[in-house]
Amino acid sequence: MKNFLLLLRRDLRIAYRQGTDTLAALLFFVVAGSLFPLAIGPDPATLGRLAPGIVWIAALLAALLPLERLFAADLEDGALDQLALSGLPLSALIGAKIAVHWLTTGLPLVFIAAPLSLMLALRAEALGVLLLGLVMGTLALSLFGTMASAILLGARRGGVLMPLLVLPLAVPVLIFGTAAVDAVQWGLSPAAHLALLLAVLLLAALIAPWAGAAALRAALG
Amino acid sequence: MEPKEAAGASREGLAAVELGFRRDERWIFRGLSFTVAPGEALLVRGRNGAGKSTLLRLLAGLARPAGGRILWDGAEIGADLAAHGTRLAYLGHLDGVKGALSVEDNLLLPGLAQSAAARREALRTFGLLPFAAFPARFLSAGQKRRLALARLLLKGAVLWLLDEPGTGLDAASLARLGEVCAAHRARGGLIVATTHQPLPLGPVRELALA
Repeated sequence: MKNFLLLLRRDLRIAYRQGTDTLAALLFFVVAGSLFPLAIGPDPATLGRLAPGIVWIAALLAALLPLERLFAADLEDGALDQLALSGLPLSALIGAKIAVHWLTTGLPLVFIAAPLSLMLALRAEALGVLLLGLVMGTLALSLFGTMASAILLGARRGGVLMPLLVLPLAVPVLIFGTAAVDAVQWGLSPAAHLALLLAVLLLAALIAPWAGAAALRAALG
Repeated sequence: MEPKEAAGASREGLAAVELGFRRDERWIFRGLSFTVAPGEALLVRGRNGAGKSTLLRLLAGLARPAGGRILWDGAEIGADLAAHGTRLAYLGHLDGVKGALSVEDNLLLPGLAQSAAARREALRTFGLLPFAAFPARFLSAGQKRRLALARLLLKGAVLWLLDEPGTGLDAASLARLGEVCAAHRARGGLIVATTHQPLPLGPVRELALA
């Protein structure tokens, strides 16, 4: 546990010192979200109807951006060898990277999603459910994304393959996340959709660390 | 994890039995057998591409052999790779230095001794103490190598795997590396190193890769 926290602190410190990855993802999220009113017109009724989908898709794509460098930087400069030999199980190493990705990308996205949704004329009473869904959804994306990042390590042009690998896995997340907000907008209970989203998250948590560890072992050899 | 002077002291040391490695269909080497006893140093020699670095990665458990076995105190290292990782320190071609972090923060890694005193002592050994608070990206290639060597000291491992440890080092640092290696062997440590340049390792056994 101590080693895990040590690694987490190191990666967060690096992310803080070179904040461009986090900043790029957040700016992409805001800019992409702001393009929609320009394309579909400023009518609040239309925008408010589309807002959950816009926010979810923009968040999904923004969360992909930092994935390519998640392990690649450590592989290229030899740090990954040292981490693999630190006595920390590879699954714990993956776990630390998942936490880093969520803390530097997922969590900031959730924070910025609030003003962005209101700007897109989302009804205020649906905001809470949207953000709750995003918290679970971004966690699931960090899990799937980190696993994919480990799998594509060492593949040439891994960055091009990344969306092809992660986006299909993110389909259930997107469906249940947006359906929960829709339910609130129709005056229904979002509980069932949120429960299914939680189920996807737990399933991802069961698979990602072990699949990622196996991929990492292969990339090191 | 405190500084571990005698951590994982070895009885029988390291043994390779009929070790082989291939890329696709081409064998890099095969049928390689040797032992390294506590206090011994093995110098691996061979032309470029003979598989010296690969051999070290196999011994570290980072890569998996295509044939044969690697034993530590008589037990296969593959049985518990995480435990094997803690008993060895690996210095590869790449220094694993993060330019965004300060020189001292580069030593805040899992698996390394975590006391500030031990960190400063390791930095002092390789003449990096004056740069402790500098961002590591300002270091020269040789200084980065020395930082990687300081990490070696903090690992407190019994088996050192050194891939061209002298690359980029000046004469004084090379001599310091020799002293550090001698002290490690005197404590019963093992060293497997590759090199093309003369290294001040004292008496060594040599292994030639054809």
